[in-house]
Amino acid sequence: MRYEPLNVGRWVLWGATALVFIVAPFVFRGGFALTLMTQMGIMIIFALSYNMLLGQGGMLSFGHAVYSGLGAYIAVHALNLAGKGAFPLPVALLPLVGGLAGLFFGVIFGYVTTKKAGVTFAMITLGLLELVFACVLMFPGFFGGEGGITTNRTAAPAPFGVNFGAPLQVYFLVAVWCFASMAAMFALTQTPLGRMANAVRDNPERAEFVGYNTQYVRFIQLMLSAFFAGVSGALSCVNFEIVSAENVSAVRSGGVLLAAFIGGFPFFFGPIIGAIVFVFFAAALSGFTKAWLLYLGLFFVGMVLYAPGGIASLVLMQFPVLRIGRFRELAWPYTGAGAAALVAIAGLVGIVEMVYRLSDTSLSSQMTLFGIDFDAKNTLPWIGFAVTLAAGIGLLRMAWRAVSARWNAIQHDLLARQKAAA
Amino acid sequence: MEFFLVQLLNGISYGLLLFMLTSGLTLVFSLMGVLNFAHASFYMIGAYFAYQISAKIGFWAGLAFAPLAVGAIGMLIERWGLRQVHKHGHVAELLFTFGLAYLIEEVVHLVWGRNAVPYRVPAELDGPLFSIVGSQYPTYRGFMMLVAVAMLVSIWLVLTRTRVGLIITAALTHSQTVEALGHNVPRVFMMVFGGGLALAGLAGVIGGNAFITDPGMAAAVGPIIFVIVVVGGMGSLAGAFYASLLIGCLVTFAIGLDWSFADLWARIGITVTSATPLAALWQIKLSQAAPVLPYLLMVLMLIFRPKGLMGTREG
Repeated sequence: MRYEPLNVGRWVLWGATALVFIVAPFVFRGGFALTLMTQMGIMIIFALSYNMLLGQGGMLSFGHAVYSGLGAYIAVHALNLAGKGAFPLPVALLPLVGGLAGLFFGVIFGYVTTKKAGVTFAMITLGLLELVFACVLMFPGFFGGEGGITTNRTAAPAPFGVNFGAPLQVYFLVAVWCFASMAAMFALTQTPLGRMANAVRDNPERAEFVGYNTQYVRFIQLMLSAFFAGVSGALSCVNFEIVSAENVSAVRSGGVLLAAFIGGFPFFFGPIIGAIVFVFFAAALSGFTKAWLLYLGLFFVGMVLYAPGGIASLVLMQFPVLRIGRFRELAWPYTGAGAAALVAIAGLVGIVEMVYRLSDTSLSSQMTLFGIDFDAKNTLPWIGFAVTLAAGIGLLRMAWRAVSARWNAIQHDLLARQKAAA
Repeated sequence: MEFFLVQLLNGISYGLLLFMLTSGLTLVFSLMGVLNFAHASFYMIGAYFAYQISAKIGFWAGLAFAPLAVGAIGMLIERWGLRQVHKHGHVAELLFTFGLAYLIEEVVHLVWGRNAVPYRVPAELDGPLFSIVGSQYPTYRGFMMLVAVAMLVSIWLVLTRTRVGLIITAALTHSQTVEALGHNVPRVFMMVFGGGLALAGLAGVIGGNAFITDPGMAAAVGPIIFVIVVVGGMGSLAGAFYASLLIGCLVTFAIGLDWSFADLWARIGITVTSATPLAALWQIKLSQAAPVLPYLLMVLMLIFRPKGLMGTREG
């Protein structure tokens, strides 16, 4: 036996995560918060499974919804059959069915897609997604056409009297599966397979020279990822009690890509942050504005341009600064940049909302934004918002210069300290 | 016979339109290594610009100015966006263009609404061009072919007969040497990117009114042009040409035919009823299955010839 020191930090972190899952529904009360958290749990599994490809395997996929969606379709049929009494399948084990279905399709489709890597892989996944999406609409007998297939989760056998009628029970089902999947996917990154996936991502040529078949490594990684995608698909089937063509759509695939990237694909926990932000964005903003996808897209493009490591990298960058106690120097520049960004966003939001008002002829051009009433047909609000936007961008550039000057000085200090320590 | 001829002409005109899209994509890909996910989005923008211009001035002004406007936007995007993410590698570039495609679709939703706009074929090009064996062939289809062929020839002339073309072709394979000889390669990249998108815009101008101009048109065509690039072989212009024509004809012929597996089985004496296993699959008509044929072709290609029709290397 090998001696390994107990990794206290890791146990504390995972313990805290489990505690958050248990405590969250009692802290954030109310039906809306509960639905939101349930969706977040499902999205976390989906985003993490996606990151097994993008983050760990270097495979940019545009068609990950194929696995979650088909997993959900198989799960919904299994649930309906169980509801009719064809076999005694409790709802709590349905994610396993979805996962196995995902795995099955991962074997079939993964064989084709993983023949290529990099940019070609991305194109093929998109083609495959379109193929599956078209087939789903072509065979309404199995897939239910546009309307999809509905189910009733309470009709299935309910051991111990848990019939998942109450949303809280669904939340805990999702929470348990989410926690287990998180742990399993993290454990996978520590296995030789996980390490090889990283090697194939970073330098496929060298991995081949060491004697590994890169295609095979990608294939296994994709199969396992498809399993977890299927788990999330089955959970969404339990939660929404409907599975439709939307589950295998390009929108769903793009969404998970956005979530994983915004959170930070180079880090294991990045997609968890991303999934939470994504669901929150979708639920909170879609109630206020029809243009929420545009704002999400702008946020995404901004991240690609200025923070390719996602939110996780932005957070992690602050830790060394905190450790040497110089974060206070950054506090004011950060506040200034934040305020400037808010001004720019206000200007942008004003313009976007006015464009939207004018294009939708069913709405009147009289509107209220930030507590101000105005008519979008007048020139004055246009000038006002354009000036706000320009001023915001100007201020942001100034504030950014201040931030980067301080930041560079601190990085210099950090480097000097590292050298002194060595 | 009559069916065959008309469908062949339609297939070729559709294939040429697809090639207008894939040529720009392939050129940009082989020059810069950037796979532009938003390429089809610029096809859509071209169509919407042309609609807007032709509503105000006229179709011919749209034909001239919409591609130029799209090309100018492309150059700005290359200069202020793509060049920024270039240092993070090809996947970052692909993600950037993915975000761009997302944004463009949303902007189109915002500005022109979610329904199709009435962008129509101009009156002088409406009507039959000639008739073959009793059926009429629309003038606009002929015009599309004419524009596509003119574009093809001019690209070929620019690439092979001019100094600019010489620099572009050299930069394709030896960009560092070209740079060492004193040429501004980043500017060449910017121009090629803009030029490729202008071609996509032109395809949008002539394709938008032949088919339909709605916010879904980019998502409908985007995956197909990717399939063409994969089937033709990554980075091969000639491969893209053959694959475009192949897929153009394949889809057009399939739409016109209502064969199904059930008919085939009937020939060998098996009747398919709703009780037969997989009945839904056997009863699908070829015309219904037409949208998936390009993707099936891609899958078959990947299994049997992964490098594509004219691809040079595996990987």
